[in-house]
Amino acid sequence: MTFEKKRKLWNRAVRVGVYTASMLTAALLVGLIGYILYRGLPNLSWQLVSTQTSYIRDTIGILPNLVNTVYIILVAMAIALPLGVGAAIYLTEYSKNRHLTRLIEFAAETLTGIPSILFGLVGMLLFVQRMGLGAGILAGGLTLVMMILPTIVRTTQESLKTVPQAYREGALALGAGKWRMIRTVVLPSAVDGIVTGCILAIGRITGESAALLFTAGFGLKLNNFVKALHSSSATLTVALYVYASEQGKIDVAFAIALILLALTLVINLGANYAGKKLRRN
Amino acid sequence: MNVLFFLCGIVTVGFVLCICIYLIVSGVPAIGKIGLGNFFLGKIWKPTATTVEPSYGILPFVLTSLCGTAGAVLLGVPIGLLTAVFLAKVAPPKTANLIRTAVQLLAGIPSVVYGLVGMIVLVPAIQRFFALSSGATMLAAIVVLAIMILPSIINVSETALRAVPKDYEDASLALGATELETYFRVTVPAAKSGIATSIVLGVGRAIGEAMAIIMVSGNVPNMPKLLGPVRFMTTAIASEMSYAPVGSLQREALFSIGLVLFLFIMMINVFLNVVIKKERR
Repeated sequence: MTFEKKRKLWNRAVRVGVYTASMLTAALLVGLIGYILYRGLPNLSWQLVSTQTSYIRDTIGILPNLVNTVYIILVAMAIALPLGVGAAIYLTEYSKNRHLTRLIEFAAETLTGIPSILFGLVGMLLFVQRMGLGAGILAGGLTLVMMILPTIVRTTQESLKTVPQAYREGALALGAGKWRMIRTVVLPSAVDGIVTGCILAIGRITGESAALLFTAGFGLKLNNFVKALHSSSATLTVALYVYASEQGKIDVAFAIALILLALTLVINLGANYAGKKLRRN
Repeated sequence: MNVLFFLCGIVTVGFVLCICIYLIVSGVPAIGKIGLGNFFLGKIWKPTATTVEPSYGILPFVLTSLCGTAGAVLLGVPIGLLTAVFLAKVAPPKTANLIRTAVQLLAGIPSVVYGLVGMIVLVPAIQRFFALSSGATMLAAIVVLAIMILPSIINVSETALRAVPKDYEDASLALGATELETYFRVTVPAAKSGIATSIVLGVGRAIGEAMAIIMVSGNVPNMPKLLGPVRFMTTAIASEMSYAPVGSLQREALFSIGLVLFLFIMMINVFLNVVIKKERR
C-alpha cells in the first residue's frame, strides 16, 4: 500500500473511531435513562412514596428510606459544613506554616481517593463498635462526614482564593479584626463556592451505599429523627440494593432508581447553576 | 479563633490517621494467625467450612480485582480518550456541551443504579450470548466498571487536551498534517501526563467499587475467569461482613482484605504523586 493510501485510511479509521466512541458515550446515557424511565415510571405510585412497607397488608412503601436519606444528609452536613469551611478558612487565611498546609491538603487528597467500602469498614469499627453508637443515622452520618469533608474544603478554598486581596486589606485598614474581616467581608464573597460544595456533597451522600451498609444499616421501618439516630435505617440507595438483591423486588428497585436519577439530575443542575454564578462574580 | 480554625484544618489529617490506624490494627492480627503465605497465596476461601479445616486464601479476590480493573481500563480508556478528543477538538461547541452534560450525569448516577441495570439488562444478555447457565460473570462486572470509569477519564483527559498550547497544533498543521493527525500525534502526546492521571484515577475508582459489581459478578470466590462467577476484594467485604460473627477469624480476615485494598489505593496515590506529578514538572 502506498503511503498516501495508508494515510487516508488512517484518517478515515480514526474519524470513525472518534465519532463512534462519542456516540456510544451519549447513547449509554440515553439508553440508561430511557430504560430506567420505562421500568420505573409504571411502578412509581403515591402509595409507594407515602407509606412504609407493611407485611400485614403486603404492600411496599419507601417513605422511610426517603426520610432516612434526608436525615442522613442533615446530620452529615450539620457536622461537615462548619468543619470544612473552618478548615478552608484556616488554609487560606490563617496558616503560615507551608509544610502544615501541604500536609492538610495531602490528607484531603488521600481521603478523596479512599473507596467508600473502606469508609464503611472504619466507620463500623470506630462509630458503631468503639463508640457504641449502634448502626443508625448517627454512625452513618459521621462516616459520611469523613467522605465529604474534602469536597467542601476544596470548593470553599477555591472560592476563598478568588476573593480579591484588596477586600481584606480594606477591611483591615478600617480597623476590623481578623475574624471580623473574615466574617463580614471574606465569607459573604465566597458563599457561592460554599453552596456549590454543599450541593456536590449532598449529591455524594444521596448516591452513597457501600459506606452505609454496616454503619446506617438495612432497616426499612419508619422512625422519628431521634430514634432513627440509633436504629438501623436504610437510605434510598441501600433500600434499592436490599429490594433488588435480597428480596428480588425488581419493580420497586426500578422505582427507587428513577427517584435517584431525578435527584441526580436536580443536584447536577443545581451545582451547575451555582458554579456559573460563581464564575460570573 | 485561630486555634478553632487550626483544629478544623487538622481534622482531615486526623481522619486519615484514624483510617490508617484502624485498618492496620484490625487487619494485621488475622494475617498473623492465618500465616502470610496461606493468606496471600492461598487459592481457597472457605471461612465457614466445618467438615474440613477452614481456609482463608485471598489470592482469588486480589487477582479478580486486578483482572477486573485491567479489563475495565482496556475497555474504558480507548472509548474515553476518543470521546475526550472529540469534546476538546472535533465537536462543534453545542454538541460538545450536550455530551459534556451527559458525561457529568453519568458521573453522578449512584453505583447501585448501575448495578441494578447491569443485573437486569447486561447479565441476561451475556447469558444468552455465550449460552451460559448464568450471566453473572466477571465480563459483566468489567463492562459495568468500564462505564463507571468513563466520566473521570473523559473529564480529566479533556482538560489536559485543552491545556496543550495552540502553537504546537498550528506548527503541525502548517507542516501539512491533517487535523486528526495533529490531534493524535501532537496534542495527545503533549497531554500524556494528564491522560495518565485520568487513567490512574480510573484504576482507583474501579478497584474500589463495590455495590455496582456485587450485583452482577456472581459472588463466588473462584480464581478469575472471564465467563465465570467471581468475587472481588470489595465485594468479599460487602457480602460477608453482615453475617460474619463478631470476633471470628472470618471477620478479622475481612478486615485484612480491607487493609490489602487500602495498600493498593495508597500505592496508586503514591504513583500519582511521585511519578506523574514529577513528570509534569
